[in-house]
Amino acid sequence: MFKKLALSAVAALGLFSGSAFAAGEGGHVEDFAFSFEGPFGAYDQAQLQRGLQIFTEVCSACHGLRYVPLRTLGDEGGPGLPEDQVRAYAAQNFEVYDDALEDYRPATPTDHFPVNNGVGAPDLSLMAKARAGFHGPYGTGLSQLFNGMGGAEYIASILTGYTGETKEEAGTTFYENHAFSTGWIAMAPPLMGEDVEFADGHSNELHHEAQDIAAFLMWTAEPKMMARKQAGFVGVLFLTLLSVLLYLTNKRIWRPLKHKAE
Amino acid sequence: MAGIPHDHYEPKTGGERWVHKRLPIVGLLYDTIMIPTPKNLNWMWIWGIILTFCLALQIITGIVLVMHYTPHVDMAFASIEHIMRDVNGGYMLRYLHMNGASLFFVAVYAHIFRGLYYGSYKAPREITWIIGMLIYLAMMGTAFMGYVLPWGQMSFWGATVITGLFGAIPFIGESIQTWLLGGPAVDNATLNRFFSLHYLLPFVIAALVAVHIWAFHTTGNNNPTGVEVRRTSKADAEKDTVPFWPYYVIKDLFALAVILAVFFAIVGFMPNYLGHPDNYIEANPLATPAHIVPEWYFLPFYAILRAFTSEVWVVQIASFLTGGIVDAKFFGVLAMFGAIIAMALAPWLDTSSVRSGKYRPQFKWWFWLLVIDFIALMWLGAMPAEEPYASFSLIGAAYWFGYFFVILPLLGIIEKPLPVPATIEEDFEAHHGKTSDDGATAAKPAE
Repeated sequence: MFKKLALSAVAALGLFSGSAFAAGEGGHVEDFAFSFEGPFGAYDQAQLQRGLQIFTEVCSACHGLRYVPLRTLGDEGGPGLPEDQVRAYAAQNFEVYDDALEDYRPATPTDHFPVNNGVGAPDLSLMAKARAGFHGPYGTGLSQLFNGMGGAEYIASILTGYTGETKEEAGTTFYENHAFSTGWIAMAPPLMGEDVEFADGHSNELHHEAQDIAAFLMWTAEPKMMARKQAGFVGVLFLTLLSVLLYLTNKRIWRPLKHKAE
Repeated sequence: MAGIPHDHYEPKTGGERWVHKRLPIVGLLYDTIMIPTPKNLNWMWIWGIILTFCLALQIITGIVLVMHYTPHVDMAFASIEHIMRDVNGGYMLRYLHMNGASLFFVAVYAHIFRGLYYGSYKAPREITWIIGMLIYLAMMGTAFMGYVLPWGQMSFWGATVITGLFGAIPFIGESIQTWLLGGPAVDNATLNRFFSLHYLLPFVIAALVAVHIWAFHTTGNNNPTGVEVRRTSKADAEKDTVPFWPYYVIKDLFALAVILAVFFAIVGFMPNYLGHPDNYIEANPLATPAHIVPEWYFLPFYAILRAFTSEVWVVQIASFLTGGIVDAKFFGVLAMFGAIIAMALAPWLDTSSVRSGKYRPQFKWWFWLLVIDFIALMWLGAMPAEEPYASFSLIGAAYWFGYFFVILPLLGIIEKPLPVPATIEEDFEAHHGKTSDDGATAAKPAE
C-alpha cells in the first residue's frame, strides 16, 4: 500500500504543479543564489534596502507597487528601516491624492506605494510570485521542489538578459532578451550597471543590481515569508514530536492484540 | 444503528437516564465512536479521518477568511492582498486554506482508489459509494468556485472555460451558461454567486459526510480481505473487530499527525508550489493567459475532456448519428462527466464474486494500470492541446472507460480468484502470528 501512498503523494506534490507551463522560446532563466531560498533562507536586510533604493531611483519611474503599504518598509523580516526613515522616505519620494484635501499631499507611512500605470508598465507588487522561473522536467514543474518557483530568478534574469538587439513591430520597439518567453520584450533595458550609488559602497554592477531589486521584489510579493517559514518550522517540529508520541501510543494499544501469547 | 452486534450505551445515573429518555444523543455518539471495526484494516483506511479533518480545516479557515474578503470584481484581488499583508496571521490562514484544498484532493483520491482496489463499492456498500461520489462532485464544485474568488487571471479564465462547458449542451446550453454566470460573461454577478455557493456547499458536504458515515456504519467497514465481519453473535463479532475508540482513533490520529507534518512543511516552505503564478495577476478580461490550466486535481478529467477532438472517429460517428447535435465540444463534456459516472457505476459493473483485489491476480494488474493511467492523464491535462499529448490523452481516456465498462465486467467471468480467508480473525492472526484461547479481542485498551 505504500506504493499507492507514494503515488498519491508524488501526484500531489510533484507532477502537476500548475505553474509548469508557459515556457516558450527564450525563457532562459539563470538560477541565481538568493539568501531567502530553502526552508531556512532569510531575506538579507541590506540587500532589501539596496533593492528599495534601486526601485525608488529607477523602477518607480514607470512601475507601481500598489499593494505594498509604505509602513511595511519598517517591518522586521523586511527592509527594517527605522520609523523616522520610513516617514522621511514616504514624504520625500511620493505624493498621493487625498480625497479629503481634494489635492495631492506628501505620502505618509499609512499610504501604499502609489499606483503607476502611466506608460502601461505592470504593477510590481506581486511580480515575483506571478512568474515562475523553472518549469521542468517535461513541464511537470518537479524541479521547483529543489529550486523554488524561480520568480526572483526570473526577474534578475530579465534584467541581465538583454542582448542589445532591437526590432520594430507595428511602431513598438522590442528589445531582444533571452530570459523573456518570446525572446523579445517591450521594456527597454532598465539597468545598465552603475545606475545607483549605494551609500555603503556596495557593488553596483548590473548582476548585483539585478539580484538586489529581484530580492526586494520577492519581499514586496511575500512580505511575511520569514514569519511563515518560522511558523512552518515550528509546525513541522511539533507535529513530528506528536507523531512519535502517537506512534508509541498506537503500538502500545495494539500490542495485546498482536502479541497475545507473550 | 443496525449492524454488527455490540454493547450499546446504557445510561447509569438518574441524570443520564433522564436525558437518554428524551434525547438519546449520548447513545448515538457512544455507538458511533465505539462502532466495531474490522481489526485488520491497513494504512489505506486512514483517509476517512484525514478527509474529515480537511473539511473542518477548510470550513474553519474559510469562515475567518470571509471576515476579511470582499466579493467584488474591483476589490476581491486587493482584499486577498489585504489578508496576506494586514490581517494578523492572514497569510497563514490563506495558505492553509489554499493548500488545504490540495490535501483534501490528495486524500479523496487515495480514498477512492482504496475503495476501487479493495472492492469497497460492492454490495452491500453501493449507497456509501454513491454518496461518496456525490461528495466528490460537491468537492469539485466547491474547489472550482473557491479558485475563482481571488479574482486572479486563472480564476477568471478558468471560470470562463469551465462555465463554457455548459454552453456546449445543444439547444439550451447558452441559456444555462448565462443563467450560471448571471450575465453574458464572467463578471461581478458570477463572483457573487460563486462566493455564496462556495460558502454553502461545504455544509452540504458535511451533511453528505454524515450520511456517508451512517451508511457504512450500517453495513460495517470493508477491510483488506473483503470478508464480512461475522454477525452470528456478539462473541463472533468481537473476534473479528475492535472498537473504533481507541484502536483506530489513535492509529488515525498518528497518520493525521504525520500527514500534517508534511502539510505544514509545504504551507511553511513552499505554499505557492501547487498554485499557478498567473493567479497573482489580477483578472483582466482583455488579456488571455498563454495557457489556461485548471488546478492539479482537475487535470485527469480535463485531459479526458480535451481528448475527444473532432478528428476522433467516435466523435465523428456520434456527430453523424445525431445530425451534428453532438459535436466535439459536447462529446468532450459528456466524456468528462461520463468518466466520473463510470466510477459511480462500479458496483454494478464489477461482476467478480470476490470483493478484495488482494485475491484477484488479474484484476491487480488492471487496477495498477488504472492508477498509472490516472497519473498520466493528470500530466497530459497540464500539457498544451497539441500532438503527441492529444493522442496520449485519447489512449488514457479510452483505458479509463475500458477499465470500467469492459475490464471490470469481463474479469468477473474470466478471472480465477485466489482462496479468500474464512474470517477476518484468520487473516489477522495469519499476519500477527498468534491465536488466543477464545479468540475474542478484549474491547479494552491496554492498561
